[in-house]
Amino acid sequence: MLTAILILLPLLVSGAIVALKPSMAKFIAFATSFILLVISVIAAFHFDKMVTEAQFAVNWPWITSLGINFSVGMDGISLLLVLLTTILMPGIILSSLRDESKPSTFYSLILLMQSALIGVFTARDGFLFYIFWEVALIPVYFICLVWGGENRGRITLKFFIYTLTGSLLMLVALIYLYYQTPGSHTFDIQSLYNAGHGLGESQQVFVFVALFLAFAIKMPVFPFHTWQPDTYTVAPVQGTMLLSAIMLKMGIYGVIRWLIPVVPAAVILWGPVALALSVIGIVYASCIAIVQKDFKRLIAYSSIAHVGLISAGLFTLSVVGMQGAMIQMLSHGIVVFAMFYIVEIIFERTKTRDLSQLGGIRNVAPLLASVFVVVMLGSVALPLTSGFVGEFLLINSLVQYKLWLGAVAGLTIILGAVYMLRTFQKSMSGETNGVTALLTDLTYHERLVLYPVVILIIVIGIYPGPLLGISEAAVNNLLSLYSDISASVK
Amino acid sequence: MNALFVICGIGVFSLLAEVFNLKKWVTVISFAGLILAVGVLIKDWSTMSYYYHGMLFFDRFAIAFTCLILVISIFWYWMSGDFFKGEAHRTDKSALVFFVIAGAVMMVAFNNMAVLFLGIEILSVSLYVLAGSNKENLFSTEAAFKYFLMGSFATGFLLFGMTLVYGATGSFNIPAIASFITSNSFLPRFLFIGILMMMVGLAFKISAVPFHTWAPDVYEGSPTPITALMSTVVKIGAFAAFVKIFSVCFARFNNTLIPFEQGIMVLTLVVANVTAVYQANVKRMLAYSSVGQVGYLLLAFSSDNVQSSGIIFYYLTAYTVASILAFTVVQIIETNRGSANIVNFNGLLKSNPLMAIAMTVAMLSLAGIPPMAGFFGKYLVLTLSVSKGFVALTVVAVITSLIGVYYYFKPIVAMYQSSGLPISISKSQKALLIILIFLNLLAGLTPDLVRIF
Repeated sequence: MLTAILILLPLLVSGAIVALKPSMAKFIAFATSFILLVISVIAAFHFDKMVTEAQFAVNWPWITSLGINFSVGMDGISLLLVLLTTILMPGIILSSLRDESKPSTFYSLILLMQSALIGVFTARDGFLFYIFWEVALIPVYFICLVWGGENRGRITLKFFIYTLTGSLLMLVALIYLYYQTPGSHTFDIQSLYNAGHGLGESQQVFVFVALFLAFAIKMPVFPFHTWQPDTYTVAPVQGTMLLSAIMLKMGIYGVIRWLIPVVPAAVILWGPVALALSVIGIVYASCIAIVQKDFKRLIAYSSIAHVGLISAGLFTLSVVGMQGAMIQMLSHGIVVFAMFYIVEIIFERTKTRDLSQLGGIRNVAPLLASVFVVVMLGSVALPLTSGFVGEFLLINSLVQYKLWLGAVAGLTIILGAVYMLRTFQKSMSGETNGVTALLTDLTYHERLVLYPVVILIIVIGIYPGPLLGISEAAVNNLLSLYSDISASVK
Repeated sequence: MNALFVICGIGVFSLLAEVFNLKKWVTVISFAGLILAVGVLIKDWSTMSYYYHGMLFFDRFAIAFTCLILVISIFWYWMSGDFFKGEAHRTDKSALVFFVIAGAVMMVAFNNMAVLFLGIEILSVSLYVLAGSNKENLFSTEAAFKYFLMGSFATGFLLFGMTLVYGATGSFNIPAIASFITSNSFLPRFLFIGILMMMVGLAFKISAVPFHTWAPDVYEGSPTPITALMSTVVKIGAFAAFVKIFSVCFARFNNTLIPFEQGIMVLTLVVANVTAVYQANVKRMLAYSSVGQVGYLLLAFSSDNVQSSGIIFYYLTAYTVASILAFTVVQIIETNRGSANIVNFNGLLKSNPLMAIAMTVAMLSLAGIPPMAGFFGKYLVLTLSVSKGFVALTVVAVITSLIGVYYYFKPIVAMYQSSGLPISISKSQKALLIILIFLNLLAGLTPDLVRIF
């Protein structure tokens, strides 16, 4: 029942606040997202870590004639992502506190987005999952289109069509699985799993390709990433935060929930290809990030690199890799959220994102610089930051899988350090110049957004145990499928 | 059946209103009549009856489609208030519109090829006049003339096809033809030629490629309300007639006809969607879109012509509701900004947010994005064709609907950028837009409400 509240409450409020005044709408949206945070934290405390089935579940009939139900629930994997969403949403709304230019529709769209995202992370019905997946695209598209930067029409349309292509492929795969379910067909997740397991190898490969493309475009994995840097750059900061911090987790979650358990034979066969693409993406995106001049674009490329590592870890099909992916998803979400916010703060005051024009911010805005240091260290995975836990587990799993792959993927940390430290040196240290001289330090509400993030980065880095505990049972359950298969092969 | 009397009655009343000076009552009577007709139909829902020695047949199929035609007509009447405002020929136009509706109802409920022909002619002749009703505009006259020429050409095909079928089977009655075809194993070869000619004639009416060439010019030239009428009411009637002829009358030739239907379908999807990309005028783009949507209907129909009728009904509902919504906005844009060029949509979000949202909902629905009704329609079509094993055709449909997204999003992109002068709309237009937006979402979120058979 809690899950349904988490989805329906923001949806209802989103509809209600359209007609209100912007300041009122902003306040109500923030209050709603805060209530959702409280609800999800309560859910986390009541969550039974030993149970592998979905908890707080509801199953209401929706389109009965086609076997489609409104069936949602959370297991450990879902819960972590729901937590990520509910933690970041108040921050995203708060980040626009001073911005008077946004009408109430803006906040309505953000809440709609939250509803759809939580829906994606908790859906236990294939059709429902698809609907939420698509609905999540609409608000973020309009946020980017209406409040975006230069050339936004063309760039956001490319983004929309690119992701829609993937989604339609996924829809075809889901329909195909639907028709393999026995009796009068159903979209229930367990029935779809069984239908997938029953397929022959070549059919499984077909389903794998269709689903993987959908998720790979969303993440994005090399070479399906071409929409991403432009879209991130052109989007307003809240849009970029939504896209990078939460929305790309939809792709990773899709792989965990709707790809790996559905077509095991094809994953064993073609997983290595996906893994290889992910590792190529890591190196490729890191190298491009090094030569970026635009601060926001640099973060966008670094995001591709980090996501590549997560995706590579998933396809090792080991508990370590999967757990690493879970924790790194949280960490990446928080870090990239803070990173884009810092970029926005600098851009707002200096009107430039060009790294070569910045410099010496440390001298005029020490708080901003210190927050940036912590976030940056989280990004380059320094021990005792959240990034370290995730990347350590992920690289560990890759090393166990193939030593040289682990070595190549490990480049992400080294190259990450190169471009991040270079960014720090160019923007924060050095001589204060004409552009940055008038830069003011963090205001009250900016601190309100950034300090919790800094605390989270460090707390998760020191004590990740409870979070790992939440997803452990679900991950073990998920991968037991593969140990069964390898056991039967032996 | 009584609904048909009501419609014809209003038509005749409109004609007489000019003579007896009852002009101001025309609108009220029309609305009341349409609602009455819907009520009468709903009362007859569970019945199944023949009229006039089996010339007309009202079963669930006919009643459902007639209901759809009438409900859409109500919305059409609502949106096109301006069209009847001028004093000149007000009653004539109203009468002609009701004859179009009557024709469409006959095309849905016919049980005899003579009635089909009557229905098509009543509908077409009225439309020829309506297309040219904006006499001062050269394009309107051109549209009427083009439509008339092409339409009569198509009628010729249809009529010749009917005579050949009659010659082969000895009957105009649909069930009689069907049973003659199934019971006789030796059939004259010209029967098949007749069937194909009928298909060509009907393909003209539903504007499937390659028989669509009249559509863009006629749609663009006609007054916008008439364009809306053509792409909704007329489309429902024409497609229902197509479905009835080929799924009931010539069901036995199904396997032979499928390649023809699929050929037309692929051409329709590809040509219409690709051409639509290059249009700078939204009205013309909607013309190509309405041609393109026929492709999806044909995909459903050719996959399984019995199971598909419920899906076609849902799809047409979703399509016509979205179309009426889009045309309402286009019409307001035209009266305020001169033409429906995409440039004139610039900054509509700031000019009038409700209109921008309405147009967005319409475009998203036509493009098939969830949770709009259009998505569920496309979903049903694609599942049907996948389940019947037409995977390659499904892929074509998926690709063309992606192309569709590109051009449906052009007005959206324009509306949400820059800004323009504010546009004010009347309360009734506001109410219409809100109701249509709501219906669109309702049909998309609870499709079981519309999937009534």
